[in-house]
Amino acid sequence: MTVGLEQYIAVSAALFAIGFFGVLRRKNTLVIYMCLELMLNACNLGLIAFSRYHGGMSGSVFVFFTITVAAAEVAVGLAIIVALFRKRQTVQVPALNALKN
Amino acid sequence: MTDLFFYLFATFTLGCAFGVVFSRNPVNAAMFLIMTFLGMASLFVLLEAYFLAVIQILVYAGAVVVLFLFIIMLLDVKEENTHRVTPLTWVASLIGFALLILGVVAITSSDNIKAVGDTLPEAAGASLKNFGYELFTTYQLPMQVTGFLLLIAMIGVIVLSKRMKTD
Repeated sequence: MTVGLEQYIAVSAALFAIGFFGVLRRKNTLVIYMCLELMLNACNLGLIAFSRYHGGMSGSVFVFFTITVAAAEVAVGLAIIVALFRKRQTVQVPALNALKN
Repeated sequence: MTDLFFYLFATFTLGCAFGVVFSRNPVNAAMFLIMTFLGMASLFVLLEAYFLAVIQILVYAGAVVVLFLFIIMLLDVKEENTHRVTPLTWVASLIGFALLILGVVAITSSDNIKAVGDTLPEAAGASLKNFGYELFTTYQLPMQVTGFLLLIAMIGVIVLSKRMKTD
């Protein structure tokens, strides 16, 4: 079977699903964040595949901006996690239930 | 030949993504994350987006994962002990997965994708010259805004990681 757009979209969706499953399953905030990055990357793959088969530049340029924003987001997110650790001495999600009930 | 490489890299990427989700040790998860990003960069190469593949390796495998490893080292995160997956998690994951499958089926069976066919247009994203030209003409304003966003992110990180007097 020759590889077309469908195969790339399938891989992208599978990666997104794995990342989503990780976000739901893991308890460690850092690993949850890694899974979020995975989901973001899956979207990038889909965008590039669409852009390749559409034949324009817009998709690739959009992925470029996505990567930049993701880098900024990681920096801020990790700073928040460090601040959280300083305050609560843990990054495990079950222990962070201040808003529960 | 390209098909073989596609299946090879796709399997590699998905396998390493499972490694991220299922490895107990956060350091192992970060290492699997690097491998996942490398696999995705090779998929980008197969899609003839060479510049983005290089950016992917430099930014993600080079900067983001190293940042993750620094934070893991800084916080001295312990290995997770055995935890149970609640039924709610399973239900939510399955619903999410089913929705994704539905979306993929809807996209792949639409008429627009049939119209794409097997004839590939010329790869515009392959040329670095095209990229630079587009970034500094059509996408001039987003480019400037992105630069400003990075500056704001930097300021935000400094503010967040500064020790407050009240501590």
